[in-house]
Amino acid sequence: MQANTLSGGFADPATQSAHAFRSVMEAMARPGTLRDIEGAAPPAPVSPAMGAVLLTLCDTETPIYLAGDMDCDAVRAWLSFHTGAPFVGPAHCMFAVGKWDALVPLAVYPIGTSEYPDRSATLIVECDALVTSGATLTGPGIKDHAALSLPEVEAFQANRRLFPLGLDFIFTCGERLAALPRSTEVSRSSVPARAHAGAS
Amino acid sequence: MTEYNFAYLDEQTKRMIRRAILKGLAIPGYQVPFASREMPMPYGWGTGGVQVSAAVLTPKDTFKVIDQGADDTTNAVSIRTFFQRTAGVATTTATSDATVIQTRHRIPEEPLHEGQILVYQVPIPEPLRFLEPRESETRKMHSLEEYGLMHVKLYEDISRHGHIATSYAYPVKVEGRYVMDPSPIPKFDNPKLGDMAAIQLFGAGREQRIYALPPYTQVVSLDFEDHPFEASKADHPCGMCGATDSYLDELIIDDLGGRMFVCSDTDYCEARQAAGHKGKDAA
Amino acid sequence: MYVAVKGGERAIENAHAWLAEERRGDTDIAELSIAQIRAQLSLAVNRVMAEGSLYDPDLAALAIKQARGDLIEAIFLIRAYRTTLPRFGASEPVDTGAMACDRRISATFKDLPGGQVLGPTFDYTHRLLDFKLAADGEVADAPSRDAETGNVPHVTEFLNREGLIEEAPHDDTPPPDLTREPLEMPADRALRLQALTRADEGFTLGLAYSTQRGYGRNHAFVGELRIGSVPVEMDIPELGFAVEIGEVILTECETVNQFTGSKTEPPQFTRGYGLVFGQTERKAISMALVDRALRWEELGEDNVGAPAQDAEFVLYHADNIQATGFLEHIKLPHYVDFQSELELVRKLRREAGAQQVQEAAE
Repeated sequence: MQANTLSGGFADPATQSAHAFRSVMEAMARPGTLRDIEGAAPPAPVSPAMGAVLLTLCDTETPIYLAGDMDCDAVRAWLSFHTGAPFVGPAHCMFAVGKWDALVPLAVYPIGTSEYPDRSATLIVECDALVTSGATLTGPGIKDHAALSLPEVEAFQANRRLFPLGLDFIFTCGERLAALPRSTEVSRSSVPARAHAGAS
Repeated sequence: MTEYNFAYLDEQTKRMIRRAILKGLAIPGYQVPFASREMPMPYGWGTGGVQVSAAVLTPKDTFKVIDQGADDTTNAVSIRTFFQRTAGVATTTATSDATVIQTRHRIPEEPLHEGQILVYQVPIPEPLRFLEPRESETRKMHSLEEYGLMHVKLYEDISRHGHIATSYAYPVKVEGRYVMDPSPIPKFDNPKLGDMAAIQLFGAGREQRIYALPPYTQVVSLDFEDHPFEASKADHPCGMCGATDSYLDELIIDDLGGRMFVCSDTDYCEARQAAGHKGKDAA
Repeated sequence: MYVAVKGGERAIENAHAWLAEERRGDTDIAELSIAQIRAQLSLAVNRVMAEGSLYDPDLAALAIKQARGDLIEAIFLIRAYRTTLPRFGASEPVDTGAMACDRRISATFKDLPGGQVLGPTFDYTHRLLDFKLAADGEVADAPSRDAETGNVPHVTEFLNREGLIEEAPHDDTPPPDLTREPLEMPADRALRLQALTRADEGFTLGLAYSTQRGYGRNHAFVGELRIGSVPVEMDIPELGFAVEIGEVILTECETVNQFTGSKTEPPQFTRGYGLVFGQTERKAISMALVDRALRWEELGEDNVGAPAQDAEFVLYHADNIQATGFLEHIKLPHYVDFQSELELVRKLRREAGAQQVQEAAE
């Protein structure tokens, strides 16, 4: 076991995960806003934001799918040590982790059942950039409309059509995150970027 | 209480609740099952709200607890003290200063703003429960969006009484999909549920359900074209602050049938009085 | 002029102080010790452990003392404490066949290997108040011999050998955990048994009694009732084998129930099962009867609409901590919802009155 496997977790889990969760929750409640999230120092290619999300939400009860280059020894060892989460394939995961290209196609992930739509995967997508411009978002959590630099549009439109089933997304980049729940309508028509929402 | 974790619950339990909250926000109005824990206060006394508050609070929060709109009712005092002790959070009675507000049966009069979280204590989260006692059946009805039973019930009220005879816990439809119980708030508060700037989280401990309304969510009180929903309250001004727009408690002040009406939202009433507003019963 | 009532915080503090004083009672009377409660009110301790789902006689005794003898309150204290404890792992299944029995009776066979042992039972006591106890509770030593050890085979094993009773196939599927996952319907038998073993004794007794009186009757015989201690073992991965970490006293009841058979299966007896912490035989027998009643579907029986057959009804209402909390919450202020009802009833009455006046005028 390498030294960096043991390090990089929350030094004070109770309060750091409380702050991190508030960022995740605010992001999920207000699609198209950016939040700061910190406290984790995971091994590459996991960003600090993605690391903090995983430390906040994952444990032995949450099967994780590591997509593409996320599936490496360093990441596995780090997550095993800090969360104890089991690793599974995409069809049985509660959280899927990776870059967009490695995560698609979306059809393989659990989208919940009509009686239990909550039993669906949350995809944590590592992004090269994350800004409040690009696709237009409307729906719950959004006052009029918002905008977010989504990797594409069609996949999210198809996901919205599954509502109340579907996948939920958390986008991470550096020490920032944004989210897109299944309830958000996504369209291509571009509107000017909103001012950066800043820290939660 | 150093022997307990921050905000009482262990981290694994908080993670489980936090995951349920996120799914609740993603599917507005849908009741997410969660493995509610036994809390050191009785089921039915706010254990769902307490678990949700414990999962969202950070040490930087300012916490307010109201029961029936009031900060000083005994159960509100008890829950506020619990989080002062276990989470070390600052507390307030001022609605606008609070970042997290736990409530039983009311929505504050003062409009909430972004950055605030309203946590409801919910006794029976299932809006169809009193029409169909079986969970297996009501779950099916939600999945099929089969809400005819609810409309039949409301319509029977109208044919019997001339009005919909539901005055609190008045059912709403969220984003055109799920029928939701707003907890036993008076229907006077229903119009505040929709398009609210704050995040609304609902916790039912004994019934093991969490649900949520993200900000600016469309929430419609069920009604009929010829019997539109009406948010009603006692037709009086507040005896203390003179407010005519607030929900009122009725107090019996003597044994000769004397009564007066006072704001149920104590913070709202006190702030108005401090600003010089005066009702007819005020000193 | 009206002045709003304040001071909820002081009222609570004062109420707690008064409660503490009442709990202690008359200070001229010696204080009850935990050891006394544990030793002399052991059946109360057992009930608190069983329904609190925590095997710790000292904590159960403390809870009873703190709760002033209110057992449901004591169970609540234990549950609220239990939920904060970390989990180190799960024990191996206990082997009740290896129980050191203090009591072991069968209502189906007059004699059987291992014998019938009455043990410390109230069964044949005449329920006459023993006024000697009021003055002096000292008793002479009871005659003793060693507990029945070694293998005391289960009665159902004898029936099983002849194929007379349904098989209870070995199953290594990890059981669901009621305390970590929300209760969901349909509940399998493992989950139902888990809920029943911590269910309220009175509720379980009432349901079991209702089956005897015909609400889902299932012709139960107590095949066997045994009470005694069993070792608890836990597998330690680092060691590669299981080690004994303690022992618990359990009450186990296996009922033998009739079943008429079907076209494919010849007539066979069926089983009901009860297993409860401590010496708690009323509860264990009740549990076995209710377990059997809940099995109607898997045994191909008719649902006669009996309460004890209705898993959703039984499981959602059997927990006394949930029940008492919700029942008692109606003491809390409901000014707001009551006020809204008050306004509505006044409005409806006004309109009804106006309509009557109008009709009278017409």
